[in-house]
Amino acid sequence: MPSRKLIVDGKEIEAEDGLTLLQACEMAGAEIPRFCYHERLSVAGNCRMCLVEWVGAPKPQASCALQVRDIFPNKDGTPAKINTKGPYVRKAREGVMEFLLINHPLDCPICDQGGECDLQDQAMGYGRAAFHRFNENKRAVEDKYMGPLVKTIMTRCIQCTRCVRFATEVAGVPDLGATGRGEDMEITTYLEKAFASELSGNVVDLCPVGALTSKPYAFNARPWELRKTESIDVMDAQGCNIRVDTRGPAVLRVLPRLNEEINEEWISDKARHACDGLMRQRLDKPYVRKSGKLQPASWGEAFAAIAARVAQTAPERMAAIVGDLAAAEEIKALKDLMTALGAAHLDCRQDGSKLAPGPRPTYLFNTTIAGVEAADALLLIGCNPRWEAPVLNARIRKAWANGNLKIANIGEAIDLTYPVEQLGGIEALESNPFLKVLADAKRPMIIVGTGALSRPDGAAILKRAAKIAADSGMIGPAGSAAEGGWNGFNVLHTAASRVAALDLGFVKGRDVSGIVDGAQKGEIDFIYLLGADEFDVGHLGRAFVVYQGSHGDAGAHNADVVLPGAAYTEKDGLYANFEGRVQMARRATFPPGEAKEDWAILRALSDVLGKRLPYDSLDALRKALVAEAPLFGELGKPHAHQGADAAVWSNVGADGPLDVSRKLAPAISDYYLTNPIARASETMALCSREFAGGSHKMAAE
Amino acid sequence: MAFLDRTARSIFFWEFLKSFSLSMRYFFGKKATLNYPFEKGPLSPRFRGEHALRRYPNGEERCIACKLCEAICPAQAITIEAEPRDDGSRRTTRYDIDMVKCIYCGFCQEACPVDAIVEGPNFEYSTETREELYYNKDKLLANGDRWEREIAKNLELDAPYR
Repeated sequence: MPSRKLIVDGKEIEAEDGLTLLQACEMAGAEIPRFCYHERLSVAGNCRMCLVEWVGAPKPQASCALQVRDIFPNKDGTPAKINTKGPYVRKAREGVMEFLLINHPLDCPICDQGGECDLQDQAMGYGRAAFHRFNENKRAVEDKYMGPLVKTIMTRCIQCTRCVRFATEVAGVPDLGATGRGEDMEITTYLEKAFASELSGNVVDLCPVGALTSKPYAFNARPWELRKTESIDVMDAQGCNIRVDTRGPAVLRVLPRLNEEINEEWISDKARHACDGLMRQRLDKPYVRKSGKLQPASWGEAFAAIAARVAQTAPERMAAIVGDLAAAEEIKALKDLMTALGAAHLDCRQDGSKLAPGPRPTYLFNTTIAGVEAADALLLIGCNPRWEAPVLNARIRKAWANGNLKIANIGEAIDLTYPVEQLGGIEALESNPFLKVLADAKRPMIIVGTGALSRPDGAAILKRAAKIAADSGMIGPAGSAAEGGWNGFNVLHTAASRVAALDLGFVKGRDVSGIVDGAQKGEIDFIYLLGADEFDVGHLGRAFVVYQGSHGDAGAHNADVVLPGAAYTEKDGLYANFEGRVQMARRATFPPGEAKEDWAILRALSDVLGKRLPYDSLDALRKALVAEAPLFGELGKPHAHQGADAAVWSNVGADGPLDVSRKLAPAISDYYLTNPIARASETMALCSREFAGGSHKMAAE
Repeated sequence: MAFLDRTARSIFFWEFLKSFSLSMRYFFGKKATLNYPFEKGPLSPRFRGEHALRRYPNGEERCIACKLCEAICPAQAITIEAEPRDDGSRRTTRYDIDMVKCIYCGFCQEACPVDAIVEGPNFEYSTETREELYYNKDKLLANGDRWEREIAKNLELDAPYR
């Protein structure tokens, strides 16, 4: 790209033409205050806070709206001089700040943004203390309804329109807009309806003032009181990077952390707001079922009850199921314990998806999340990325908005916030007009969702998807998209634990439906559930069920022994996201009551069962984990594409007929209630009521 | 000469007379001591005594749970929890001051944007148990109600110097 020279604050730099002057100044190390400008949104140029001096220009220039290509050199050919400091710039910015503060209520003491507010910070720099000449009335604006997550105090709004641009550009839900102009300009949802997006919480982070704040977190805490822990989200399988803010034992809020390769700076509403579920419905002591009722017990009694039962049970009548939120360490510990006991049936695929535990690329999102931006054709099969991975959906939308990504969908027609060619039901897998587009595309990709894979004919669907991938040359040269490689075959998981469990091979004997079936027929007598609630837990017949988990959900209700475990914010754990990227979640609080970290429970239980696991600390367990699967030692890297290997790609799935009569149903029926933590959350329940079935609350109706 | 001088002083009880006159001067002079608790010394309007949470004249509590006092407190004696009240306004659900920790620096009343937390003129609140010195919101509001007249007067007197 052509570039030109600039002299910023006396420092000469070479800036590309496509950059804005603000970016060029930042390259030169200058700090430019801004409200409306945001790296990931279009340029609006309406707050005027980023004014700089272009020596020779008649007026100060809004640096965010001025492109480097428009800055011409001086007449004598020397580079243009830009000043970002000095009395001229300072006076200009002080004037802008004075205008912004004219209609701002200055109610910082009762504002939730207080302490982390851009306006507050910049008023410290550019406000003029004890100076005011505005004696007229301030503007007051009626608050708008934006749903159960976003609280509005519209008098504080400075009309930067970041939220409007986010809603239209990133979330793809043009629910927000501005009406009126000048002093009468107001941000509104037009019809007083909720902001119907799975990414709506992000507008709270974007808002530079306290006009949009988090409703569940309202008045709860000040930012300086909170202890911040960097962690990983487990509400979906994307592994979004989050920051967990805690005060004492309570997780008060979850915020996104910047990671360009995974979530940029967005997180979904479930990741952000399900945290109030961590304080409700918690299992805080062991329970043992006595005469039909779960009674509180000590750890010793609970372990003794399990040991007594295990001693009577033959190994081929034992089964274990891993739930959706388990970390790799406890999956490994459970697998080692079950292997030591000789249990015949292990499964981690609660949703019943027909994925084999190897080879690795056959169950991963091989394109990688950042790689989606390079794709030019995309076929979705039985998946709803908007609900299964909302942040990935924003990335697909970004790819669509940036270029010519063509998207088609096999399965139920859903509004994915970008145009999608609907190909119909599962029969379209055999032949459809989009196959030609895929074959002609340079970097085609296919995403197979859990909705397709969990059908009885899931293996046949997988086989056909792999065939489409092979036929259209999706599995290209080795390496990532940036390095010139390409692998367009993707499986979209919905559970945070799934990839790690498949990596560790937690699949043996019967699958989940086989275990349920066996339990009903009396062929399976002992079932160990590691946080597994999402399958048909109520129909396990007379089998003895041990439930280890954090919440009193379906699994615990149907268990004979309940062991209280830790939720994802209460333990250090490794999680592999759907790209196969292993990341570490860190402990932010301690488990409540007598609850313990899950690997420690399994280690203690193994002692009672006489099959002592060979690790006494989390470090030792991690070493054993890495020894078994070295990929767990490499944090933060996605699975590296090794190139097309015919032996791998011809053996994906299984041959079989497609069940055309069966509708291709989505994997998630209610986005807000997909796991025990979300189901315990009051906020998620409110959201579910608000958004489920698309019935939005309308004002005055 | 020194010998004569010393002898004359001891013969005429000069030291005795001198100290006796000093004693008598104080004996008949104005007393510095007070007959506490029946008499009390004067207090500055800026005196920093027992804490109180004030109300507006209409009975509404002033505190808006901004937590600035909690943040500035060098002894970390203040604990606040807040949530939206039924009418949606920002209020505390808990406002505790550990009077044992408090160092009476007065930063809390300096930080308060609404003059809610003040250190009033009362210094007579000794207790028999330590627990009684863990003040909660009710106790502080009751203090505010009891001392409002004196506190308001003190604030008024101090206002010109702020």
